[in-house]
Amino acid sequence: MSLLCQAPTALVGWPPWLEASVQHASQFWMANMYSKGTKRKFSDSVDVATDNKAVLYSRQRQSLLDMSLIKLQLCHMLVEPNMCRSVLIANTVRHIQEEMTHDGSWQLVTEAFSGSGPSDHLVATEVLCRSSVLEQQDGGPKLYSVMGYDSCHEEEVVTDEGLCSVAVGDGAPALLGTIDHCWDRAVEDRVIKDSGSEVKDGTRSWEGAKTVMGQVFGTFEIKNGAPGSDPALEELFSAVDASYYDLDTILTDIQSTPKMGPYNLLDSMTSSHGPTSNSSCRTDLNELDHIMEIIVGS
Amino acid sequence: MAGVAGGNDFQWCFSQVKGAIDEDVAEADIISTVEFNNSGEFLATGDKGGRVVIFQHEQECKNRPHLRGEYNVYSTFQSHEPEFDYLKSLEIEEKINKIRWLPQQNSAHFLLSTNDKTIKLWKISERDKRAEGYNLKDEDGRLRDPFRITSLRVPVLMPMDLMVEASPRRVFANAHTYHINSISVNSDHQTYLSADDLRINLWHLEITDRSFNIVDIKPANMEELTEVITAAECQPNQCNVFVYSSSKGTIRLCDMRAAALCDRHTKFFEEPEDPSSRSFFSEIISSISDVKFSHSGRYMMTRDYLSVKVWDLNMENRPVETYQVHEYLRSKLCSLYENDCIFDKFECCWNGSDSAIMTGSYNNFFRMFDRNTRKDITLEASRESSKPRGTLKPRKVSTGGKRKKDEISVDSLDFNKKILHTAWHPKENVIAVAATNNLYIFQDKIN
Repeated sequence: MSLLCQAPTALVGWPPWLEASVQHASQFWMANMYSKGTKRKFSDSVDVATDNKAVLYSRQRQSLLDMSLIKLQLCHMLVEPNMCRSVLIANTVRHIQEEMTHDGSWQLVTEAFSGSGPSDHLVATEVLCRSSVLEQQDGGPKLYSVMGYDSCHEEEVVTDEGLCSVAVGDGAPALLGTIDHCWDRAVEDRVIKDSGSEVKDGTRSWEGAKTVMGQVFGTFEIKNGAPGSDPALEELFSAVDASYYDLDTILTDIQSTPKMGPYNLLDSMTSSHGPTSNSSCRTDLNELDHIMEIIVGS
Repeated sequence: MAGVAGGNDFQWCFSQVKGAIDEDVAEADIISTVEFNNSGEFLATGDKGGRVVIFQHEQECKNRPHLRGEYNVYSTFQSHEPEFDYLKSLEIEEKINKIRWLPQQNSAHFLLSTNDKTIKLWKISERDKRAEGYNLKDEDGRLRDPFRITSLRVPVLMPMDLMVEASPRRVFANAHTYHINSISVNSDHQTYLSADDLRINLWHLEITDRSFNIVDIKPANMEELTEVITAAECQPNQCNVFVYSSSKGTIRLCDMRAAALCDRHTKFFEEPEDPSSRSFFSEIISSISDVKFSHSGRYMMTRDYLSVKVWDLNMENRPVETYQVHEYLRSKLCSLYENDCIFDKFECCWNGSDSAIMTGSYNNFFRMFDRNTRKDITLEASRESSKPRGTLKPRKVSTGGKRKKDEISVDSLDFNKKILHTAWHPKENVIAVAATNNLYIFQDKIN
């Protein structure tokens, strides 16, 4: 059973990896701010604080999304997953996606994927580096509705024109699939083999955070190591929101899969009705037909 | 009955604890359901290993009249075995999800026990006599040679040591595609309902090869699935009414007279969400883990992750009472999501007079709320705080700031020690609390 599924004996706030991620993010911000060398006015510091909070929220939300996806993937490997839990996690993922779509950060992710090669693990780094670089340049995404886990306040929703106008690329394996691919390889390799895009010193702390997260996730034993070898897994990640990406064009390893969502997975597990266009199933049916013909003697 | 906390009200005392003392808990010994029968004479527990243990309330000792009798083991049997679903290549757990007693109609006792897929009706009967003096067989059962028999005798019934037998009388199988979460006996004493994640079926106790599907919330396209059934119960007085709760925090009341398929509810209970406390976890913590009618049938109680709510069946738009079980966990939801504790399904129960309600929490704490005085109390089910006939000391969780002596801080709570299953005697102030693999029985001190 995975690390995540073990209940700790005592609750000590956020798990270390999450805290490290948040800490790195805020350290990155602090380093950046001071290195600029400009005079800070009161309004600037307020903006920085707000932006810092926005970045923090963005990271929190991303972590929650990652966590949810891990849970979804793991739960479909279990004996028979608890459907209530799966549905609630999937609803959470959908909620996060809707929000990210609303504030444009989902498009940012998909845009980053476009034009990338099939080297999945490099893509992951690139996306994350570019996200952080963009933040560095623009001073961070503007504030969207901040609903932190601890606070109960809903703040103004302000979208960043620049981020929203980014063209959606012709496909992305969804952040989700890429995160999956991150797990079964050494994270250090990925971080070192940088995307080659503008890497500044400031991004190192973010990469450090990713290393921490990757090391934790890297301890998970993912059943199907090779990317795309598990069509069910891809189906789980593929159809979160089909309008934003096309799974088939990006992941060349993957045979074309039907746009099945996570619930079709549940369905196929629990009942045999409903068409499954899985190619192996089709082969079986053909063989069955052949056998029937022989038996019937036609 | 008086209230539950303080003063000349009840004082809960430790009575007994059943189960192993070792720190190492065998998975199969974890108690998964606790239920008193309708008279309170029997207490049944089911565990993850598929076993049912029934305790019987012994008569009070004459020389210690201030004590109520104790519960001692009456019968133990293996109700369900693990199975393998070959079609899906998945194991079907033998864990007993629910036990429900049938009203007693003769000297035998009947109960329904269910795992994820199959419900069984068990008959528990006593045998305290046996026939002796058969003609055709010896006392040890060996057949006699008929040619050697020279005289006939009439067998006589002789007393013997009490033997309790449990035999499966009915097996209700193959009616649920998804995991059964609830069973509930109807007030007509002839039918009962069983609910899984997406469907509810109505059975007749005598008929095992057929059941009626009365609720089906499975969407045509499973991609559209966003809500599941979490619990269901029959109304205790009206055999045509039942309720079911969902993972979105709603309760639907259905009348079986309205239609054969009760997909359209008669009443819909939902409390509007408080927009100021909205977060990514709002839906998860609103998911209802248990629903129980009051004995009167006028109210029902629902348990979600952080609170217990009492609803008046005549008012659908909000509960009449809300009790916070462990509000201090609200700021820890992210961690609780990470370790899956946020998905724990706590049960709740009423006392016999519907004046008090009880539910469990973490760290082996359980909470009681007096509906009249609005007092609440937190108690702990642990061996350390259980001295024979000792009064339980109220516990308190410090919610930040200075921690007083005897208080425990939120970060020190043990989230592996959860009280999910509790039961209250239908007539007396005796409660049964399941703490992982141990069953605690507490009684009030008779003044």
